[in-house]
Amino acid sequence: MKFGIIVFPGSNCDRDVAMVTEGLLKQPTRMIWHQETDLSDVDVVVIPGGFSYGDYLRCGAIARFSPVMRSVVEHANKGKYVLGICNGFQVLTESHLLPGALIRNRDLHFICDRQPLLVERKDSVWTQLYSEKEVITLPLAHGEGRYYADDDTLKDIEDNGQVLFRYCNSTGEITDDSNPNGSLNNIAGIMNKTGNVLGMMPHPERASDPSLRAIDGRKLFEGLISSKILVNP
Amino acid sequence: MLFNSRIYVTLRPSVLDPAGVAVQSGAQQLGYHGVDSIRIGKYIELSITAESEDQARQQLDEMCDQLLANPVIENYRFELTAV
Repeated sequence: MKFGIIVFPGSNCDRDVAMVTEGLLKQPTRMIWHQETDLSDVDVVVIPGGFSYGDYLRCGAIARFSPVMRSVVEHANKGKYVLGICNGFQVLTESHLLPGALIRNRDLHFICDRQPLLVERKDSVWTQLYSEKEVITLPLAHGEGRYYADDDTLKDIEDNGQVLFRYCNSTGEITDDSNPNGSLNNIAGIMNKTGNVLGMMPHPERASDPSLRAIDGRKLFEGLISSKILVNP
Repeated sequence: MLFNSRIYVTLRPSVLDPAGVAVQSGAQQLGYHGVDSIRIGKYIELSITAESEDQARQQLDEMCDQLLANPVIENYRFELTAV
């Protein structure tokens, strides 16, 4: 499984992802500068966290029009895997690879914390090594992570089972108190309809190294590598 | 022909604007208790060369739709004047 990590001006979690995929999991990994357009050698595209193009205009708005994104859309349309983390999630919604938008946190604070999440389903390539309804803890680091979609879109996402991660409390209950940023339906991460594109605000790459004593994100990457569930192209 | 345009990008009414609420509370602290609501948007000045006003409007519409505003959360309108 070869990973390609997109690097925009302002990306800052790119090397964290490489540290996991290449450093810990020994998978071939290359950094893809945003001016590149050939992704044919890559199996999984990761759009990392950070502040692409300084988050000017809107988070992810300018990154969407960089040369590499046309190839990322083609990659996704072939049924290949695309993972957007934090700013990467914002880029994926701006690019219309995922529905909805991510807007300013309800309480206006930049959130830098650890947050329990409910794994909604395990029959996805991303969560196959987790248990159904498992409660995991991942780091959050964002100012604009409040998931928003209009009523019809939200219903569509829920009906299709596209929500993979929800903010919850330590016992797995989905409550307003456990919603850190005001996201609709406590949404922390969603897939596209075909399940090959995932966007999530929490950072699995920051919870994959045992020396950090936080490894709840590691199974997401390990699942991808074992990839028993394949998406039809 | 050169045109100047003024573009206003506003949050859709259904989208909560916490920054607007915070500024509203500031206005009230300042003593303006009559302020019922504040919503914060963006104002963009753009000059564009096009063959006609219609063409300029069409290009602005496309740009607003794709880049300057996000139709999922924002509305836009613009004014156009020939220089």
